[in-house]
Amino acid sequence: MHSDRDSDSDLIYYYDGSFDGLLCCVFESYDKKEIPLDILLANTSYSQLFSGKTIRTDLQKASRVSASIPKKLGPSALHFIRHAFLTCLDQKELNILLFLRLGYSHGPSVMNMLTNDSVNKLFKAVKHLERESHLLTGFLRFSIFNNVLVGTIAPKNFVLPLLVQHFCERFPEERFLIHDKTHGMGLIYQPYNSAVIPVDTLEMPDVDEDEHTFRELWQLFYDTIAIQGRYNPKCRMSHMPMRYWKYMTEFDRTQKELLPSLPGVNRKMLSSNTAAPGKPVLSS
Amino acid sequence: MDVFDKLKILTDAAKYDVACTSSGVNKKATPGSIGNASAAGICHSFSADGRCISLLKVLMTNICSYDCKYCVNRRSHDTPRASFTPRELAELTINFYRRNYIEGLFLSSGVLKSPDYTCEQLIEALRILREEYRFSGYIHAKAIPGADSLLLTRLGMLADRMSVNIELPSQNSLQLLAPDKTKHSILAPMSYIQNRIQENSRDIVKYRHAPKFVPAGQSTQMIIGATPETDFQILNLTEGLYKKYKLKRVFFSAYMPVAEDSLLPTLDTKPPLLREHRLYQADWLLRFYGFSANELLDQQQQSFNPYLDPKCNWALHHVEFFPIDVNSAPYHDLLRVPGIGVTSAMRIVTARRMSALRFDDLKKLGVVLKRAQYFITCSGKTREGNKVSQNAMLRSLLPEKMVESGDSHFSLRPEQLSLFDQPSLSLQGRIC
Repeated sequence: MHSDRDSDSDLIYYYDGSFDGLLCCVFESYDKKEIPLDILLANTSYSQLFSGKTIRTDLQKASRVSASIPKKLGPSALHFIRHAFLTCLDQKELNILLFLRLGYSHGPSVMNMLTNDSVNKLFKAVKHLERESHLLTGFLRFSIFNNVLVGTIAPKNFVLPLLVQHFCERFPEERFLIHDKTHGMGLIYQPYNSAVIPVDTLEMPDVDEDEHTFRELWQLFYDTIAIQGRYNPKCRMSHMPMRYWKYMTEFDRTQKELLPSLPGVNRKMLSSNTAAPGKPVLSS
Repeated sequence: MDVFDKLKILTDAAKYDVACTSSGVNKKATPGSIGNASAAGICHSFSADGRCISLLKVLMTNICSYDCKYCVNRRSHDTPRASFTPRELAELTINFYRRNYIEGLFLSSGVLKSPDYTCEQLIEALRILREEYRFSGYIHAKAIPGADSLLLTRLGMLADRMSVNIELPSQNSLQLLAPDKTKHSILAPMSYIQNRIQENSRDIVKYRHAPKFVPAGQSTQMIIGATPETDFQILNLTEGLYKKYKLKRVFFSAYMPVAEDSLLPTLDTKPPLLREHRLYQADWLLRFYGFSANELLDQQQQSFNPYLDPKCNWALHHVEFFPIDVNSAPYHDLLRVPGIGVTSAMRIVTARRMSALRFDDLKKLGVVLKRAQYFITCSGKTREGNKVSQNAMLRSLLPEKMVESGDSHFSLRPEQLSLFDQPSLSLQGRIC
């Protein structure tokens, strides 16, 4: 390919936000021998300064590009840019395009070019994504409603696709729902199928007595396990930044102020209200 | 007594045990069961003291027939006592696990009635978890010194990791503070477990589905600062344990004064946290950086420098080794440079295949140039504007806080550190 000869343009590509859409931008870039100034979502306000063009998503073109990546850049590169696409990196689309253009001219060794700007940015962004996803495998908390595990997270990166394998391998016999508030998506699972689907809002039903008890037991454990003589809030904060605390049971002390729940009442209400929003109804 | 009281008492009694990792084994739940594990381990929370909470760390019981002077659960200590039934404990574990509070269970116990009886209680709790709840998550069990070897074997078949705590780093200290324990009673189960792990690894080669014995290996813990052993002795013992007993981890626990005794540091002693930190740094150097205990400390210098981490300290004493060139030095030499860790050393080795690295590139790869710049060259060049004065070099290696606060009256005279006092301001050793 002739990436060196292709000229920088002052065009902005607008695409539909899908991975296939981005691959079509790559196709367009080679087809027209031009490198766009930036790649933006189609619904962002059009810039007055630069001309733009909307790239239509064509699955045939996309699959031609995605088939070429393992062939020219090696098998790990496709996996890498799929992850890069999930990150919260500013201008991730443009950097992925630049990475691919570099890769088409250098081959698989592009994965070792850690000092190249685009490669370096993408590697750091993917590292951030993987780290966040790893932390959430631990920091995610489930509540049990009607024998369904429900948890909420608010990650910076779109980590749900990375969490699928871990939680499906952990709870093969459970039904669970992980709600990503930032991206308005949810990971749902019932034996033995999983899906990532749009979930805008999720209202939790009232907690039952068992759930209440185990939350309090966990808070008791959390408070007791700390050694007073080693108190070190800075160290805790650096390992577990405060943005994660919001959805963690050990920091949710509001329920103690609530009146003790009446035995049996909550449970009854839950079972009669089968279409409660907290209970995911799965269709496959 | 309800389960809240029990949990409080038995967590409180277990919290001084520092080992709480869930690492060393990869597995996933088979259909019908619950629980997986990842070799890197997963932290589920961090307590107010900044330590990782990965496992539900409790004692089966804190009733104990031993009277080890450093221990909160010693017989003579007036403290509330409680015991879980095996079923209570299994239920608590599974309910915490389903809510993703924990990665598994860390089960230890005081010695109730006899070592054998205690061990049977642990086995029953793990059996309920593994067989009835089909729990395949992480379990760390304490081997009870003095229990029958058949019982240890059964426990090891149910657990992922086992540990026997050395607690006190020498025979003398044991005699003094733990009259019911001997070096032999601790090392015997340790070597028994090691032999079984070895046997088991041979079985697994022969029969793929042979049941696994302690697949995540064994670990141990030592209390730092309750007895007069030096860092040098402790580090040598640590190295010996890794080599001889093939331990996966040796943990260090700064002694928290929990008992008044003329043989122990007084109750108002601050835990030697910095010393513990230095020992962990050295432990890392042993396990991942190819250092040996004798390189880090010796007969003359038996304690770590409070102001410099062990690697910087080593580098300052071996200026003849430096500078090394990042574009040609082997991986193991790169690891010896202050400011270059395992990750950045690997990135250097990867990236230099493509093009020669410059100082700016190193920054991108995550090298801490502030420290590394004095010890490396890039294709023969030193860093531009590099102040090579000894003072600048020292300043760059010392923690920032100290430099800012103007603590600059270092003496070059070697000095033996007292174990319990705050260290005096001196930069130890023979610098350059």
